[in-house]
Amino acid sequence: MPSYLFWLFSTIMLIGSVAVIAFRNPVSSALAMVTSFVGLAALFIGLSAFFVGVIQILVYSGAIMVLFLFIIMLLDLKDEKRRANSLAPLAAGLVLVAVFFIQLVGVLSHKLPNQIAPPLNKAVLTAAAEGYKKGEMKVPTKISESLESGQLPDVHIIGLTLFTQYNLPLQILGVLLLVSTVGVVTLSRKSAANN
Amino acid sequence: MASLNDYLLVSGVMFALGLAGVVLRRNIIIVFMCLELMLSAANLTLVAFSRFNVAENGLPDPSGQMLVFFVITVAAAEVAVGLAIIVALYRSRQTIHTDELVSLKG
Repeated sequence: MPSYLFWLFSTIMLIGSVAVIAFRNPVSSALAMVTSFVGLAALFIGLSAFFVGVIQILVYSGAIMVLFLFIIMLLDLKDEKRRANSLAPLAAGLVLVAVFFIQLVGVLSHKLPNQIAPPLNKAVLTAAAEGYKKGEMKVPTKISESLESGQLPDVHIIGLTLFTQYNLPLQILGVLLLVSTVGVVTLSRKSAANN
Repeated sequence: MASLNDYLLVSGVMFALGLAGVVLRRNIIIVFMCLELMLSAANLTLVAFSRFNVAENGLPDPSGQMLVFFVITVAAAEVAVGLAIIVALYRSRQTIHTDELVSLKG
């Protein structure tokens, strides 16, 4: 990704993050969060992680944002009243963030290895295609065909890794989603019974 | 070309903004949004590392993006449960302002 695009999308992302904290109205904050996540998805796509970028937009800017807006609407929240913030939490928060920044500067002042992204040109992609051919006969697969035509089949590679190397975590994740669904239903039912 | 340090800097700043929001804001829903910001900042770091430290075959390392996929899924589950808790809290207390939730205070 060219440098100016990187800085453009990072600026969008960071302005969105500042706006989440700064706005008084929760609806404005939710929309600012979406702006921030759209910038982040653009950064993901610039890093050639196309699948993650699309998922970021679908899940965060789609599902989670709607969930937040729905809850804000359900609770009928108004603009937050300006309150005298007590000094102690404000100071504690700023000190915490300052310490984090000092750590960040300390880490980033060292030159990390691999400063420049390794190239992803046609030569690299074609060379990687050999590893994705099937069996002794080297039968071409969908992944190796895309790689040979000079495209990065991001979704296919992630799918392959997900269902081979990470199959057990995937199934545990399914159980987790089921548990959270049941949990949410139970939570809402119980509070309804109390009323 | 943006370097790895640039990506880490941007993601660190975003994490710090989320942290500041969690500590400074008093509205529980905004605190929740700031938690999401912090998770996403971590995701940006993971994807940047996956792109800059390529796997043996020269392609971006899929393991990093796998972790991002799991983080996004867990975050979605967490938001659903958290918002259900907030709704239950609002029903019993009629407030989501953290300064007014003091029943656990000794």
